[in-house]
Amino acid sequence: MSSPPLLVRGLRKTYDDVIAVDGLDLEVRPGECFGLLGPNGAGKTSAIEICEGLSTPDAGEVVVLGQRWGENDRDLRDRLGISLQETQFSDKLTVGETMRLFRSFYGQGTEPDAVIDMVQLGEKVSARVGKLSGGQKQRLALACALVGDPELLFLDEPTTGLDPQARRQLWELIERLRSEGRSILLTTHYMDEAERLCDRVAIVDHGRVIADGAPRALIESLGAEHVLEFAVGDRVLDDAMLRALDGVCGADRRDGVYRLQVSELHRAIPALLQALRQQGANLTELRTHSPTLEDVFVSLTGRYLRDE
Amino acid sequence: MSEGRRWTDRSLVQLTLVRYREFLREPEAVFWVFLFPILLAAGLGVAFRGRPADRTPIGVAGTDSVAQAVAEALRRSPDVTVRVLPASAAADSLRAGSVALVVLPDRWPERQVEYRYDETRPESRAARLLADDALQRAAGRTDPVSAADQRVTEAGARYIDFVVPGLLGMNLMGSGIWSVGFAIVDARRRRLLKRLIATPMSRAEYLASFVLSRLSLLVLEVGTLLGFAVLVFGVPLRGSLWTLVFICVLSALSFTSLGLLIASRVQTIEGVSGLSNLVMLPMWIFSGVFFSASRFPDAVQPVIRLLPLTAVIDALRATILRGAGPAAIGPELLIIIGWLVLSFPLALRLFRWK
Repeated sequence: MSSPPLLVRGLRKTYDDVIAVDGLDLEVRPGECFGLLGPNGAGKTSAIEICEGLSTPDAGEVVVLGQRWGENDRDLRDRLGISLQETQFSDKLTVGETMRLFRSFYGQGTEPDAVIDMVQLGEKVSARVGKLSGGQKQRLALACALVGDPELLFLDEPTTGLDPQARRQLWELIERLRSEGRSILLTTHYMDEAERLCDRVAIVDHGRVIADGAPRALIESLGAEHVLEFAVGDRVLDDAMLRALDGVCGADRRDGVYRLQVSELHRAIPALLQALRQQGANLTELRTHSPTLEDVFVSLTGRYLRDE
Repeated sequence: MSEGRRWTDRSLVQLTLVRYREFLREPEAVFWVFLFPILLAAGLGVAFRGRPADRTPIGVAGTDSVAQAVAEALRRSPDVTVRVLPASAAADSLRAGSVALVVLPDRWPERQVEYRYDETRPESRAARLLADDALQRAAGRTDPVSAADQRVTEAGARYIDFVVPGLLGMNLMGSGIWSVGFAIVDARRRRLLKRLIATPMSRAEYLASFVLSRLSLLVLEVGTLLGFAVLVFGVPLRGSLWTLVFICVLSALSFTSLGLLIASRVQTIEGVSGLSNLVMLPMWIFSGVFFSASRFPDAVQPVIRLLPLTAVIDALRATILRGAGPAAIGPELLIIIGWLVLSFPLALRLFRWK
């Protein structure tokens, strides 16, 4: 392949006084699902809408399927599938009618009924859009993005606001698209979503990529097998003391909860308990988990994704 | 285009179908566009139909036999109804307008009467003539000329004839501005416009779908109102049908463009409602829907003439009631075209898709 499905270099976008995108670089490779992971307000939607040709950047370069926006946009749109954040389709149309409408815009594509079946809305084909549940509407949005048989899919927050079951259903659909070898760029602020769906992720904060790579690789870069969280009431402990504990490779504190990155749990826990006893601190909480992208984000920014 | 696709799979057809579906699935819109004008025409037609046959109400003040004798004399006239009332009640009735004239019969035995009425009221002046005529005859006047009446009602000169073209124009304006404005702002509010331009959809086809659906619904809209007026009230249709169709199509295009212009940037339904009403309200009042626009002062007449609804209604009245051809309504047609040429390009320039 001469050019990747999507190549972004030095993207900048400012709204009034707010810098939404601040020098963003991305590359989506053929057949991969690439995730933009970051808290709300990190500039993910601004960035993806520039890639979709829906807004123009102040600076930087976007090459989509080897083409730049403003050259032959209609042909380019014919090859893209787009799902925006918070599109409300017309409540008065049925699922089938909505699909036929969107199919009519594309030169070639998939039969509306086939796409409806694929997103498991076959039973709802004659139902008005206004009567669908949140998850069904989101699957309809995905179907509208797929009906033109796109080479590249843009999915902006595909599962935001859905209940866990509806999210899992959507994940299965996206995994299926990925296995078909479609190139996908999706944005999300759910780290479990990015971990499960994406071949590679870029962690975005304040309009810029602060880390990128395969989710596994990013997590392993922490050098920690486990994350250990504990609280000791109002007592303030010395970070340096914690970092020096046996089997601990990193420590930070937020909202009274200490967080240790641990390489060897069986050595770190006894060491921690002993240190606390020496300090006369009472343990009020203790839990461990395997590290996630959330821990990567916390170690990079000192903030939690879900807090925003 | 891949082979085997039917013409109904074309995007312009699909977009236009969406317009129909959204309209027909909104029961309120169907009511306002189709039923409301008919109900209004029916109401106005019934309210004003009986008027020429009305009898003029006359009061006789007094309760004695003299008053009764005068009332008896008046009742010989077929054009009046007579009520005998106590003096104070008669004065009240005159003030309230439930009688047009009060006859004071105190000196009837001496062959004298007095009439009390408001001479600024045409009905009262007519009542004065009718009452006097009846009393003079009862007292023995003979007329040297014998006269016979031929009573005719000219179709085309009644109020219902006047108001039907007005309602037709009002309907063309209302549905043109509302249907487009509401649908576009709703799509913008839902971020559906943004989603649509993320597809290869042609923006021109999107806007054209509004024009196409408007023109085809127009046939139904104009047909039902005009058909009702012709069949039920016998409103004459003197001009050629083609001239009428031409005026309606041109008006629909012009008002649809105006609707596009109104909706070009508005973000909320409340905003587009307010703006539409702001544009339409002056025309409801000044453009001669319910009464002639010539009632307004001469100074504002040039402005009123330039309003699109005035031109549409004047052209419709000239064609429907007087049988005018396209040449006779040239100035009105030019004004309608002027609004179209002005508003459509401006709407396209100002239009916000995102």
